[in-house]
Amino acid sequence: MNDDALEAVGDYRYGFHDPENATIRFDKGLSEQVVRDISALKDEPQWMTDLRVKAYRHFEARAMPDWGNCNLLDSINFENITYFLRSSDKTEKDWDNVPDDIKNTFNRLGIPEAEQKWLGGVTAQYESEAVYHSIREDLEEQGVIFLDMDTGLKTHPELVKKFFGTVIPHSDNKFSALNTAVWSGGSFIYVPKNVQVEMPVQAYFRINAKNMGQFERTLIIVDEGSTLHYVEGCTAPSYSTDSLHSAVVELIAMEGAKIRYSTVQNWSSNVYNLVTKRAVAYKNATVEWVDGNIGSKLTMKYPSVLLKGEGAHAEVISVAYAGEGQHQDTGAKVHHLAPNTTSNILSKSISKKGGRSSYRGMLQVMPKATGCRSKVVCDALILDDSSRSDTYPTMEIGNATADLEHEASVSKVSSDQLFYLMSRGFSEEEAMGLIVNGFFEPFTRELPMEYAVELNKLLELEMEGSIG
Amino acid sequence: MGVAMKDEMLRVENLHVSVEGTAIIKGLDLTINRGEIHVIMGRNGAGKSTLANVVMGHPAYEITEGSIFFQGQPLEELAVFERARAGMFLSFQYPAVIPGVQVGTFLKKSVASVRDEAPKGRAFRKELTEAMSQLEMDKSFLSRYVNEGFSGGEKKRLEILQMLLLKPSLALLDETDSGLDIDALRIVSKGINQIAPQAGCLIITHYQRLLDHVKPHFVHAMIDGTIVKTGGPELALELEERGYDWLDMPA
Repeated sequence: MNDDALEAVGDYRYGFHDPENATIRFDKGLSEQVVRDISALKDEPQWMTDLRVKAYRHFEARAMPDWGNCNLLDSINFENITYFLRSSDKTEKDWDNVPDDIKNTFNRLGIPEAEQKWLGGVTAQYESEAVYHSIREDLEEQGVIFLDMDTGLKTHPELVKKFFGTVIPHSDNKFSALNTAVWSGGSFIYVPKNVQVEMPVQAYFRINAKNMGQFERTLIIVDEGSTLHYVEGCTAPSYSTDSLHSAVVELIAMEGAKIRYSTVQNWSSNVYNLVTKRAVAYKNATVEWVDGNIGSKLTMKYPSVLLKGEGAHAEVISVAYAGEGQHQDTGAKVHHLAPNTTSNILSKSISKKGGRSSYRGMLQVMPKATGCRSKVVCDALILDDSSRSDTYPTMEIGNATADLEHEASVSKVSSDQLFYLMSRGFSEEEAMGLIVNGFFEPFTRELPMEYAVELNKLLELEMEGSIG
Repeated sequence: MGVAMKDEMLRVENLHVSVEGTAIIKGLDLTINRGEIHVIMGRNGAGKSTLANVVMGHPAYEITEGSIFFQGQPLEELAVFERARAGMFLSFQYPAVIPGVQVGTFLKKSVASVRDEAPKGRAFRKELTEAMSQLEMDKSFLSRYVNEGFSGGEKKRLEILQMLLLKPSLALLDETDSGLDIDALRIVSKGINQIAPQAGCLIITHYQRLLDHVKPHFVHAMIDGTIVKTGGPELALELEERGYDWLDMPA
């Protein structure tokens, strides 16, 4: 066994890696030339090249955030990251044509199986680009566009140009600038008016190489009266050196549309996960972020919704699990910009073995947004004395008609609960696993069943060796 | 120390127990054989619940002297869950709430961990349905979270349901009758009577009324950490009528 293989041994089940068979691999480090080279390689329209360069300059000029986990942020070495790596020359429609190593990896992750059983479409991204992409014919016939972002830009340049960066401008934050400069892969989805996409579509993101940077860019537009459920998962090998995942996800829900975006993030604990996710909801539209963060070294992610049209609704359900050496700095932001808009935020976090979880939330009600309702619930469960949980809620209420509720709790597993469960035959670890699964249940019940079962198994594994 | 009788379920010898330095049980002896129902009565604070908890292995209690044996084996080395797997069961006075865990899932996992073989899907469902109908429990119980929002009576019925499924050799019932109305009391008693012939039962109670439904072989009066008097069912009636003052040791 070589050193790399040894590094991959651990509790984390997805820490294995393939040999690197890159067809194109950029040297480590970032410069304006790297940005231009990515754009040239993808043969992009001039406006995109210009936008990338502008974003790169903004990234260079912009300081690191002075909040969150500054020590960890400052330890990111941007010069030690590979910004583009192509592992397969084509995005295939048939798994048989995907290179064997990569195909085997996705088999181990259960993607082709899930696709056959319950998905309406799948995109599988490996390093910088999609290696596999497929959509059910019936969806295609109804005019649903589901492509990887690179192909989307090529085949639907006007649509992309119209919406790209309108929800999250490149200058939003340092990492949205970085993503806009070097983005590659991600999903592009357009659902035409009055189409109900019954089966979820899924994207799976896999980092394989060491010191890799993955910067997918996702843009989803669901037109009037339509619905879509998008599911994403992500894993990476365990290495002793860091990788960087910095995505930007923009959602647009037109009048009466409904988008649910579900994530189970399970990066290995050497991955920085710094992601910007934001949605716009027009009149009577609903946007739901169902966001699970189990892995990574540091995650900073606050799925947001701009409630722009009257009667729009936002739902953000998130869980975070912070184990040894992990900091989950997550939360939600909802901006009530129009009258009679409503929102629910439920955040649950667990900290264990010195892990740290932070809830950071923003709830804003604009002066002209009358009759808004919002409920925020934050529950933290701390499993031992060395772990930590913080809450940073911000509320800016510009309108006295707003009806707001805020509840927060921090709890520990009680000795009564443990004794009760152990008296029913559960070992202490099993009892912990049961309590933890129960604590996350309001989240897992929102996931497709296959994901929920997987997540529960994952949490039970995390509880092994957690006692004593 | 004699060899345990084949049907000896519990033997407590000269037991002394403290909580945070305060002595609660002060020299208690008790033997329960298979098929025997024992009742312990006493005032609040006499140490009744402590006895049940310490037998089950609650970590907050310290045994300062004496020993406890289950089927002749000393319990000292056995963790709480190992006691459960060996065939011991405690029906809690105040069962814990486990948010987000459905009763159905909980029961199945619990039975799987206590039995040598994991319960088979269909067979287990049948067993569960039978036990629940016996306790007049609606199926909707199964999708509720363990003890969350349960009334006192519902909690006790869930305790008895678990007992029926886990089929213990030693059942400790800590004030299972408290707060029950007449119907619930009758239903709970049915469960106890079903398990009793194959097990040793220790029932802790304040009231004689449970004993209208469950016939004990022995009734013990407990005062200040020891058993001061043992008798038959008639003792329970006497205790309820006369209280405990007449048993108090002279100062």
